Formats: sequence, C-alpha cells, structure tokens
Amino acid sequence: MSQAENTTPPKLYAPREPIFPKRVKGNFRSFKWIIMIVTLGIYYVTPWIRWDRGPQLPDQAVLIDLANRRFFFFWIEIWPHEFYFVAGLLIMAGLGLFLFTSALGRVWCGYACPQTVWTDLFILVERWIEGDRNARLRLHRQEKMDLRKARLRVTKWVTWFFIGLATGGAWVFYFADAPTLMRDLVTGQAHPVAYTTMLILTATTFFFGGFAREQICNYACPWPRIQAAMMDEDTLTVAYREWRGEPRGKHRKAEGSEQLGDCIDCMACVNVCPAGIDIRDGQQMECITCGLCIDACDEIMEKVGKPRGLIDYLALSDEPRERAGEAARSPWFHIFRIRTMLYTALWALVGIGLVFALFIRPEIDMTVAPVRNPTFVTLSDGSIRNTYDVRLLNKHGEDRPFRVSVTGHPALRVQLEGTPYETVNVPANQTYLQRVYVVAAPGSDPAQDERSEIRFWVEDLTNGDRAYSDTIFNGRSN
Amino acid sequence: MSKKQDDDLDYETTGHEWDGIKEYNKPLPRWWLWTFYATIVWAVLYTIAYPAWPGIREATPGLLGYSTRGEVAEEIARFEQANEAISVQLASVELTEIAQDPDLNQYAQNAGAAVFRTWCAQCHGSGAAGVQAAGYPNLLDDDWLWGGDIEAIHATIAHGIRNEEDPDARWSQMPAFGEMLEAEEISQVVNYVMSLSEEPNDASKVAAGETVYLDNCAACHMDDGTGDRWQGAPNLTDAIWLYGGDYETLTETVTYSRFGVMPSWTNRLSESQIRAVAAYVHGLGGGEAPPE
Repeated sequence: MSQAENTTPPKLYAPREPIFPKRVKGNFRSFKWIIMIVTLGIYYVTPWIRWDRGPQLPDQAVLIDLANRRFFFFWIEIWPHEFYFVAGLLIMAGLGLFLFTSALGRVWCGYACPQTVWTDLFILVERWIEGDRNARLRLHRQEKMDLRKARLRVTKWVTWFFIGLATGGAWVFYFADAPTLMRDLVTGQAHPVAYTTMLILTATTFFFGGFAREQICNYACPWPRIQAAMMDEDTLTVAYREWRGEPRGKHRKAEGSEQLGDCIDCMACVNVCPAGIDIRDGQQMECITCGLCIDACDEIMEKVGKPRGLIDYLALSDEPRERAGEAARSPWFHIFRIRTMLYTALWALVGIGLVFALFIRPEIDMTVAPVRNPTFVTLSDGSIRNTYDVRLLNKHGEDRPFRVSVTGHPALRVQLEGTPYETVNVPANQTYLQRVYVVAAPGSDPAQDERSEIRFWVEDLTNGDRAYSDTIFNGRSN
Repeated sequence: MSKKQDDDLDYETTGHEWDGIKEYNKPLPRWWLWTFYATIVWAVLYTIAYPAWPGIREATPGLLGYSTRGEVAEEIARFEQANEAISVQLASVELTEIAQDPDLNQYAQNAGAAVFRTWCAQCHGSGAAGVQAAGYPNLLDDDWLWGGDIEAIHATIAHGIRNEEDPDARWSQMPAFGEMLEAEEISQVVNYVMSLSEEPNDASKVAAGETVYLDNCAACHMDDGTGDRWQGAPNLTDAIWLYGGDYETLTETVTYSRFGVMPSWTNRLSESQIRAVAAYVHGLGGGEAPPE
C-alpha cells in the first residue's frame, strides 16, 4: 500500500476536452467527402424514388409498410414470413464488417459509420460558420458572449437543427408514402408517431453530431471494443512509423539535430484528429482510423522534403522488418490470408443462398395448422373428421381463385367451412384464413390409424400454379 | 506500436496499489455523472406521477391517475363503441341472414368465440368437443339433440335445457327404468340398442330386447331408434353417444336415466352475444341448414 504519496484523491469525473479539428487536404479527406456525399445522398433521396407496382400496391421504391406488414425494395416484396431475408442481410452485414475489420481495421468507423459521417458534416458546417481551428479556438476561449459570438453560435445551432430535422424527416419517409407524408407533415395532419419519431431523431442527430461526437464512439458504442478481437498483426491500420520519426524534434538547425528522426513535432496530425488523440502514442481505442492524420502528415513531409508515409496504413507484423531497414510487404499479402478469405467465403455463401431463395419464391403459398383441440371428431355416420386452419397466400395484385385438395388416401374428402365448393377466392396481396375439414370414410385406414401422413394442395386456377404442405391426419386410435 | 504504458510516463492512477498492481484513473465524462443524477430525479418524479409506493391496502395512485386496469377498461370501451353499430345489426337481422353477410358473419364468429370461451368452455371445453364422461355434448359433430340449424341452436342457448329458471327451457325426462324393468330386460334392451349402431353385442338377447324397446323406448326414440329432436331424444342408430356407447354405460343410462342441464342465457348475455355464440357454434363444422 503506497497511497500516502497521493494526498489529494484523484478526480473520477472530468469535463470533456473540446476538440477543434483543423481543415486538411489529401487523398483520405477526398475519399471521405465522396463517401459522405454518396451515403447521405442515398439516405435522403431513396424514399423519393418511385417504382410502379400496379394499381393496388404502393409506388414507393423502398417502403417499410408496418400497417400492412410488407417491405418493398424496388422489385422485391418481403412478407412477414420471409423475414429470414432481413436476417440473412444482417448476417451478411455482420460478416462484411468482420471481413473489413480483419483486413483494414476500423474502416467502418472511419468512413462509413453514420456517427462519423454526420459528425463530419456538422464539423464542416461549424468550420464554414466559425472558421478553421484557430478561429474556433479563439471563439471558444473568448469568455464574453458578445454579439458576434452569439450570432455565430446561433447560426451554427440553427443549421445543425435543420440538418437534424432533415435526418429525422428522411427516416419517417421510409415508413409511409413520402409525398403524402410530406404534405401531411407540413399541414400538421400527420400521425403523432411521425412527429415524435422526427423529434427524437432530430434531437439525437443534433446532440450526437454537434456535441457528443467522439464520445459516442468512446462511451456508447460497443463496436470499438469488439473490433480488438477482429484485428490481428496482419490487419492494416493507421499507425505512426515511430522507428522513422523518433526522436522527434523541432529545431533542425540546432546542435545535434542530425540525431533527430523525421517527425518535426509540428502537431499537424493531432490538430486534424476528430478524436482528439495523438497517433504517435500508438494504437488506441479512441482512433477511428479516418486517415486524416495521414493526409496532414504527408502534406508536412512534402514541405520539409521528406518521403511521405511517416503516418500510414501499416500492419503490425511489418514492424520488425521496417525496423531492420527492409521494405514492408505488399498490402495484398496482408489482405489475402485464411481469415479474410474465410469471411469472404461465408459472406458469399449467405449472399448466394439469399439470391437463390429470392428467385425460387413462389407467388402462392400456404401454411397448414392442424386444430388439435380435439384431435378428431366422430361424425354420426362413423366417419372421422380433422380440422385444419389453412392460410392461403396470394402475392398477386389481383384476386385469385384457389382450389384446395388433399392427397394421401382415397378415403379422404375435403370440405371448406362456409362454402359447398372446393374453391375459395383469395383477395389480392393477402393472406386468407380458411378453415378446412378433412373427412375419412367410416372404417377406412385413415379413420382407424392413429396417424396418417397427408398432403394439402392449393392450386391457383388462373394459371395452374400449385403449392403443397404436409401434415398429419389423426384417426381413432383404438 | 502499441500505446506506451511505461512506468516512466506520468499517468495518473487512482492511488490504489496491491502487489504492485496500480489502477489507471480514466475519469468518466462529467455529463455521465449528471445523467446518473437525472435518472434518479426522473425515478422520483415517476413514482409521484404513477402508482408506485406500496401501502397497507393499496399503492399510492399517482398524480396522473393512471392504472393499467383503467387502460384496459378504456380499450374495451373503445372497441365496444366501435362495434356498437354492427352489434345492433346482429341483434336485429334474421338469424339465417347472418351467414349471408361476410362482415356480419366475421364479427359474429369472432365475438361468438370470445363469448364461448368465457361462458361455455367450462362444460363444452375450449375446443367445443364436450366431455363425454359428464354428458356435455360435443358441438363439433353433426349430431344434435334439439336441432342443429341456427334457429334451434339459438333457442337452446337462449333458454337452456331442463332448468327451472326459464319457462321456455327445453324440457324432457327419460324415466329411470331400473324401477320398471327387470335387470335381464335391461340387459336385453341394451344389447338391442347396441345392435342398432352395429356395436359388438350379445346377439342372443337382441330379439327379446327389441320387444322391450318397442314397449318402453320407441315412444320417444322412435320405432327405428332415430330419436326425436322435439323432445331431445337422442338418435340411437348413429356412431355418437352422449354419455358413452359401451354396455356398462348404456346399462347405467337405462337403469338410472340421465338429467343433463344447461343454463338459460337470456338474462346473462345480450341478444347480440347470444346470436354471436349461436353463429359460432353453428359454424364449428356441424351446423345444419334451416328447415325447408
């Protein structure tokens, strides 16, 4: 126990250190701008794309229709019982994330994560209104709230608010016909749920992008922790070539400067970092590998006439080689290894399976649920009746006549509840519940056997499409 | 390249050290602490606004006056109001017209299923298959004691069977033949009845049993044994038995008779509910068309 030296107890809570990322130019910055334009473009524009599906179905290309339990995605229509497609897509997303993380580190965090993209957008707005890093620092340090500071702050917040509003607004458009909902929202006639959702998403966008920023990654998001397990020594990630840069030092003309490394300690890499860290301290959890420090450092290296790449995408396994003065191995060497190939194979397998399942989906379908309370009924002539709840699916945009029949034994006869016919009209784009009786003649095998396997058939009389479902007929067991 | 954690770097520690192991102090953001306090304040306000603090007899009601029971009551009232028009319609149309109108029929089936589970399932079972050992009839089959068209089912439900409360109740009583017939005669007639539906029987007694049957039973169960729905006399020729078709059960039935009762529902359920449950029972698979 050596607590005696610490007389004042340490502080367990600390205010956030504000971060003022400096503007930077370079390949990674350009790449991030492109990603931002593409992802935000997709997000805001998608609900407005129209897609003609005929008179009875919505004409919105991407629509999550909660009321009718349908998901529309261009030419694909997902019913609730096909939710495994969504599960499959999520599995693919997960495996894709594993693949990219094991090959290229936190590329998701650095370039594509919504938190990163919106924070980037909010910082862009902040820079437009309040100026670059130094101007913002001055504004931050200026304690007096004069007219200029108030004007800049209010302008910034109002702009952020409208970005947030557009974000929350775009979200609700995915759940209803966008033009109709837009009109209703403006005229105040939309459902309260739409306004509440918008309000919540506006608020979260405003606070997460404007104020919380890197704290979401550091305190709220589980992914930075999980990623440590996805990365290994061959993963390419943003790192500092310490063996080249150290010992760092500013005064090139001073005594003993020939001993210094390439790093001139200009802090450019720290000043541009949206996470507020120093990459020269090594790998750290806060780093989202956005690559902006690479751009900043490369710019400086060119100015001082040193080779680029003091900060670069590196694999840990190359460190001993580079220290020994050898060249790093090709990035492809690090990317193509068993682990990434396995992820790619799994990812492709699930993808191929989903595409295959998508193409063999039938236009009609049925599910059969035997009514087991009671398992059978004896009729007055001694025949045995079983009851089934049959759900008939008609995915066509028009009503279709479906004929229900049963195979398995010639002594079985089908009756539909409420109609003397074997045909039932199933409304367009619906699941129709029909109670079906199957009767086994007195003394026949199915009437006397405890269990007989039977097969329900449904035929679309319009085009002859058929579907079947296997189930059990319960007879009198004694 | 991993982050430097050398001892010579001056990291702040919490001041705890055990066996040379120190703990870094990584202060949480202050807003985290404020959020924690805010949740405490929220929790206290919540217990004031909503029912929370337990007392001896009941919990504090909360300033908002909310209760889950009240919410259910509101929801039920909302549905009742929404169904009022169709409920009135159900109570006023001809019974035979219910099945003709898809919307009305669907409402009657769903409402009837709910009524059945609440009031009828105790005897007839949740699947309406009845209980043979207790003589609760199976409502799924095509055999009816008092008639299986919707009018007859409605009358049975509305007024019940063999109860004193309702003068319109269906009424009949089978005599206890143990007091009138010899044991051998009962055995003979039981074997005869079993022969009617081709159950295994003692063929030597059938001829004598027929005489006993025609003298004592045919008045209600008819000469051919097909029964009489006007007096609720069961059909003895079919494959369905109310209490059971084996020799022992039939002997018991003939010797001591049976007296199954059903309550009258007129005073307990609304006309709309009675009609709904009548339509539901009629739609269970054995319903008959109205008589010509």
